[in-house]
Amino acid sequence: MNIDSIKNGYVIDHLKVGKAMEVYELLNLKNLECQVAIITNAKSNKMKKKDIIKIDKLIDIDLAKLAFIDPDVTINIVKNDKIIEKKKLAQPEKIVNVAKCKNPRCITSIERDLDQIFLLTNKENNTYRCKYCEASLKD
Amino acid sequence: MKHLIDIKDLDVEEIDELIKVAKDIIGNPKKYAHKCEAKILATLFFEPSTRTRLSFESAMLRLGGNVLGFSEASSSSVAKGESVADTIRVVGNYSDIIVMRHPKEGAPLVASEKSDVPIINAGDGGHNHPTQTLTDLLTIKCEKGRLDNLTIGLCGDLKFGRTVHSLITAMSRYKNIKFVLISPPELKLPEYVKKEILEKNKMEYIETDDILEYMDKLDILYMTRVQKERFFNEADYVRLKDYYILNKEKLKVAKKDLCIMHPLPRVNEISADVDQDERACYFKQANYGKYIRMALILKMLEEK
Repeated sequence: MNIDSIKNGYVIDHLKVGKAMEVYELLNLKNLECQVAIITNAKSNKMKKKDIIKIDKLIDIDLAKLAFIDPDVTINIVKNDKIIEKKKLAQPEKIVNVAKCKNPRCITSIERDLDQIFLLTNKENNTYRCKYCEASLKD
Repeated sequence: MKHLIDIKDLDVEEIDELIKVAKDIIGNPKKYAHKCEAKILATLFFEPSTRTRLSFESAMLRLGGNVLGFSEASSSSVAKGESVADTIRVVGNYSDIIVMRHPKEGAPLVASEKSDVPIINAGDGGHNHPTQTLTDLLTIKCEKGRLDNLTIGLCGDLKFGRTVHSLITAMSRYKNIKFVLISPPELKLPEYVKKEILEKNKMEYIETDDILEYMDKLDILYMTRVQKERFFNEADYVRLKDYYILNKEKLKVAKKDLCIMHPLPRVNEISADVDQDERACYFKQANYGKYIRMALILKMLEEK
């Protein structure tokens, strides 16, 4: 399968399988006018299978959101057909208004104008807990 | 210290200091009778809790201070749709310190972010109840003389029981604490508490559903009520509410200096025949609660 290489833009590589669509939604890539390629189940020596997203424009990417979805991604920055930088991301300590607390007993379910804030409480297993009720985002 | 939202807001030294002051109040109540004159404590109880509210009000009155507040959301502006943030901003004008209970988890933290006066969390849903934990620590210190080298049995609802989670968190900072976790399989201690507190701090624990299995090893037996309001399904509550009933017979094998605790109110989990046993400490525990709250109010108002 051939997908055109990009001239100026990003290749978001080493996404875990299934994460590409999450990134597409959360980073609002559907609103872009440039070419965006989503490749799922791509062959990978390191991961066996992976997802890849190619964006044919140097847009502003919310790296905190991206690292929250998958902290193991690599971002290749392409300028004039060449990869000029490979970026690894650190898990954000805090994410704001990216996800919603699912605990029906949490104050965020009723309080007006309250940000949805999650804090990284366990780096090893990528656990984020609601700042207010401490419910895990994974539960 | 600005606010008390979670027991983790206090370090061991601060807890030791509170216990020291509380013990001094017990010994010399007159010395403290006018410490909070002209100060006002507001009790904002968005859900009813007579016991905790009265304990705080009694604590403030015994320090010579004044109290105001409401005891249920229906008699407050919340019934008109006011946010926690707005309520706190307003009440802060009328008081020097605010005690707050709210059915939603995290509400006191929201309040503390908006408040110019100290906030004390008096319980937020099934989440935190730090002054209950302080009460438990003072009880253990006074009754056992130490906060280390103890085998503590926690019995009943270990899943939703916030007092249990907070007590485990608080005790994890003391040496050689062992827990016996006694619960029906459906109400076992959540995995995250085991992993993030017990195992992280390398604390010994055993799980069982038999209250008698380790009874003879316990220094403290902490009974809890299965709380109806924590269940979405009434049938589950009915099935589990009387799973454990502590009675005189079961205490025959227990140590002579066992300390039986309960955050109260109890329903059926401790039978009335235990009340006469000198190992029953739960009513004393309620009294200790008042003293530790007095010490806490003094500390937060920075009164010496």
